Amino acid sequence: MIAKRHNPLPGFGLTMGCTILYLSVIVLIPIGGLFLRTLEMSWADFWRLATADRALAAYKLTFGASLIGASINAVFGTIVAWVLVRYEFPGKRFFDALVDFPFALPTAVAGLTLSNLFAANGWLGQFLVPMGIKGSFTPLGVVIALTFIGLPFVVRTLQPVLESFEREVEEAAATLGAGRLRTFFSIVAPTLLPAIITGFALAFARAIGEYGSVIFIAGNKPYESEIAPLLIVIRLEEYDYTAAMALAVVLLVVSFLLLITINLLERWASRYQT
Amino acid sequence: MSIELRNITKQFGAVAAVNNVSFSVKEGELMALLGPSGGGKTTVLRMIAGLEEPTSGDIFIQGQRVNDLSVQQRNIGFVFQNYALFKNMNVFKNIAFGLKIKKWKRRDIKARVAELVKLLGLEGLEKRYAHQLSGGQRQRVAIARALAPKPSVLLLDEPFGAVDAKIRQELREWLVTLHHELSVTTIFVTHDQEEAMEVSNRIVIFSKGDLEQLGTPREVYEQPANEFVARFVGVMNVLEAEVKDGVARVGELQFAAGDQPDGARLRIGFRPYAVQVSPDVNLYPYRAVLIRTYFLGIMLRLEFELGSGLVLRSRMTKEEYAQLGLEDGKAVSLQIRNYRVLAAEESALPPERQSAYQPPPSIAENI
Repeated sequence: MIAKRHNPLPGFGLTMGCTILYLSVIVLIPIGGLFLRTLEMSWADFWRLATADRALAAYKLTFGASLIGASINAVFGTIVAWVLVRYEFPGKRFFDALVDFPFALPTAVAGLTLSNLFAANGWLGQFLVPMGIKGSFTPLGVVIALTFIGLPFVVRTLQPVLESFEREVEEAAATLGAGRLRTFFSIVAPTLLPAIITGFALAFARAIGEYGSVIFIAGNKPYESEIAPLLIVIRLEEYDYTAAMALAVVLLVVSFLLLITINLLERWASRYQT
Repeated sequence: MSIELRNITKQFGAVAAVNNVSFSVKEGELMALLGPSGGGKTTVLRMIAGLEEPTSGDIFIQGQRVNDLSVQQRNIGFVFQNYALFKNMNVFKNIAFGLKIKKWKRRDIKARVAELVKLLGLEGLEKRYAHQLSGGQRQRVAIARALAPKPSVLLLDEPFGAVDAKIRQELREWLVTLHHELSVTTIFVTHDQEEAMEVSNRIVIFSKGDLEQLGTPREVYEQPANEFVARFVGVMNVLEAEVKDGVARVGELQFAAGDQPDGARLRIGFRPYAVQVSPDVNLYPYRAVLIRTYFLGIMLRLEFELGSGLVLRSRMTKEEYAQLGLEDGKAVSLQIRNYRVLAAEESALPPERQSAYQPPPSIAENI
């Protein structure tokens, strides 16, 4: 005889049903549709479309620039979060609010602002371009835009972790004779690492999907400064749905694999935490 | 002298957390800093370690003035209240951390850690991380980590605050044993007077940043320097009496007032053990009813209500309780064997006085 088990938390059936329905409509069905559409083409066609030279250049730029942008944010975002949590200074709340700016700003506005800033006659560009640093209409511009939009992710994931970090742990290291640097690298950094990786992953994922801010500053020259999401749009505008689909599937699969890798990395980094 | 504090004051803004405190700790001594929370005892401990800087005054460790030495240079073992273990390191690495910094050879580190692991009963746990340990084990890892580099002084901040009652008792006994074996000068902070009494050689009592008294557990208990100490170390009945015709009266209770003028108000204090009880309602001068009994293991705490409504607290063993045939609601007679007239908090207490009424010797010996 099987006794009917009662879950002490009520509403499991209803909420689980909602969850599955919602995730299906929002995530699973669109992704499934994408894969079904690509199944309509032959493997050879898919391979040819997905690995065209122009497509390869676009993937390289998208993933490469996203990786660089997220890495820059992992370093400087950590420093920003550190300063915002650990020290008191005038204007702290203002700077704290400023971190969210890339979130709140419409991406097109961000792109426009950045491209003007780094153009040859822009505020920064007038000094940088003569030095050979061209921010606008180059792959460097893509990195700049992706760094800009990724900053909040690292800072906001790291802040609560830093806040809950016990002061006494550092003091304990000091009583055992450890200097500031030693304490930071042996104790503080390893503890923060999982959160840094999470922030990095979020910034990275956001950067791969970023479109609006990049297209203004990138210049969008094929083979050089054309990102993969833009190439998809171009294919769509040419009514070449299959080519667009092929590109989309590649982006999807690579993003998925990267996220899994980062998740495993994060789990490894937090192996000693509850 | 292993540690000496001279005229130490610590201000946090306008608030004096520690107020002109001087005391010294002998080599190999186990000393307790006792007081209510916010009394300044943790601040004193942190200043000895170098984690806080005194606003004024000097600290000496083994004869050397250490005010200008950084935490790292003081060679101090500090055990934090929340243990502050390094979560990213296992037990072995936690204990070895201080040795690595001191650039010990790997072989020596291994030997030293093994020695401490054995001493603290942590065998088999070397590879575990903090979250895989019980509270008592974490505590012992924290102590092992602090002891590893052979510090000249071991400082413990509320070492038994975060573990449950049973383990706390074990840890207390264990700390005494450990101290006996290592004889490293040890100072620990506690707000629990019983803990301080049981564990330490000497006690420093703090209240609101002031050092109230320093002495052995026995001295502090038997000759409290003031009302604060008297109340804090052992429960005390404190009553406010008014003098009339040379007798201090509160309710029906009467105490000799000495040469105090009429109308003077005196604070009378006496320990629960000073309340003598008889089931014979005519034996002692005051009639009372037992209103409540608390069982605290072998000791009982009793509350008696006098005719005037005053409530007195008393303590006795289970055997005495049974012998006297007491139960809640029973009418008894009481007397107060000895008491103190408590002065204002700052000044010293006069010696204890005997009550005018002397009980028959046979009863007195019973208590």
